[in-house]
Amino acid sequence: MSAIVEASGLRHAYGNRAALDGLSFSVGEGDIYGILGPNGCGKSTLFRILCTLERPHGGTAVIAGLDAARGGIRLRKEIGVVFQNGSLDQRLTVRENLIAQGHLQSISGSALKARIGELLAEFGLESRAGDEAGTLSGGLRRKVEIAKAIIHRPRILLLDEASTGLDPGARREMWASLNRLRSASPVTILFTTHLMDEAENATRLLMMSRGKAVAEDTPHRLKARVGGDVVEFESDSPGLANDLKERFPVEVSESSGRISAETPAGHRFIAEAFEAFPGRIISASLHRPTLEDVFFKAAGEHLAEPDSGVRSA
Amino acid sequence: MLRTYLLAVRAVFVRDMLHFWRERSRVIGFVASPLLFWLLLGAGFGDMGRFFNGSLLLSVMFTAVFSTMSVIEDRREGFLLSVLSAPAPRCALASGKVLAGSFMSGVQGLFFLPLLIVTGSPMGPGDVAAAAGALVLCGASFTSLGFWLAWKSKTPQGFHAMMNLILMPLWLISGALFDATTALPWIRSVMALNPMTYFLATLQRTIPADPNWAGPALEAGLLWTSVCGIVFLTAAIMDVERRPLGKEGQ
Repeated sequence: MSAIVEASGLRHAYGNRAALDGLSFSVGEGDIYGILGPNGCGKSTLFRILCTLERPHGGTAVIAGLDAARGGIRLRKEIGVVFQNGSLDQRLTVRENLIAQGHLQSISGSALKARIGELLAEFGLESRAGDEAGTLSGGLRRKVEIAKAIIHRPRILLLDEASTGLDPGARREMWASLNRLRSASPVTILFTTHLMDEAENATRLLMMSRGKAVAEDTPHRLKARVGGDVVEFESDSPGLANDLKERFPVEVSESSGRISAETPAGHRFIAEAFEAFPGRIISASLHRPTLEDVFFKAAGEHLAEPDSGVRSA
Repeated sequence: MLRTYLLAVRAVFVRDMLHFWRERSRVIGFVASPLLFWLLLGAGFGDMGRFFNGSLLLSVMFTAVFSTMSVIEDRREGFLLSVLSAPAPRCALASGKVLAGSFMSGVQGLFFLPLLIVTGSPMGPGDVAAAAGALVLCGASFTSLGFWLAWKSKTPQGFHAMMNLILMPLWLISGALFDATTALPWIRSVMALNPMTYFLATLQRTIPADPNWAGPALEAGLLWTSVCGIVFLTAAIMDVERRPLGKEGQ
């Protein structure tokens, strides 16, 4: 599959804080490419570079064959963007927002009218077309944002933490809309998220930490990297993680009070751990590996660690 | 390319007009203060004509500030992000804003004009057209300046501070409150360098409210108002191109 987005060695810093630290990845045409990482890991900076709102301080990002640092107007024709905080004008109606977006994308007259009709029908927004965007629910607003972003039928749709603030139902619906869109047109979707369950929607996933890529693969294969079961212990006893490591031949990691261990037979390990360290374990749980486990393993740090040195999105 | 640019300018202009219309009460509150200012100063000095154009200039300034203040937050989260990420030249953003600001200044000024009857200086249709032209020109220059300052500000509070520290003092020494002829020599020199002196001259020489006005001639007013407008707009466009999200701080 040919790459439609190719980033190599991207660097960006705010003062002496590195937001992107030599990030490289490649997105194939037609992918749903997820970028997962905690707040402050550099996702939003990457996003701003991809939509040409910021220039990288080093490395290159090539989108549809155009350099993001130089592609400018031509590049922006190829992308549709859904911003984290939204770009709807709250005082304009849904239709007026779409008209404005059409004009910004050089679509006007009857072509624009027809396209707006199409989008309103596709996203079930006909009855709200005359309502001010500020009066819509979060879920509906997102739908309008997506409709706006694809009004010019871009080749790449970029979504920055697009489900932030949405309840689970609205988030599911947003993804249903995106999947419908992708089945109807050959659009490539690149989204950033800090939510593990949302990352499951990706066909390929890049995990980011402190401006670097720490893992990249399909979600399924990423999870297969964590062997067997994952056991999590709750404990207020200092040093338990180290003691577990010394006593048992398992991989143990600890961050912010969460101790987790990978083991082929979790149920047996739990019993042995309770016996070995009586009174030091408050509770234990066992589950199949999730993306969160993969992330902890790959990044070796806790999600949303506040001192990651980068401003949050 | 021209079509792309014009359509983007239209998108920004129409959006500002819709805001203007939907936020009428806010706009009226904003521009009513110069009116009050005129009434109180004019009545206090017993000369309604003397402060008319100065107050009109203040209303143009407030309109420009009102219409450009929103860009500070809008470019981070809001409509302007769509403009900045659209395949249109980013100068369309500044152009659309300035067009909207000039139009609003013109419209508001025209509502202000009938009050001129109070000063005993009625105007003919030709005078009204000239006044409208002068108001639009001053509005364009002011909005360009406002946009440029807003783009340089990180927060609306910063913009307010700039308005209080730069725009208000410049207005005070534009000749709106006192004549250059009675001022100390150093203030007179500053007044001659103040762009707002020429904005006011453009209004004073087209709107006959104060026959005793002794400031610059119409030609100087028109020339410097236009030159300042072009300089401010160019500076603003360069800033938008260089820093699409404004000053670092994201």
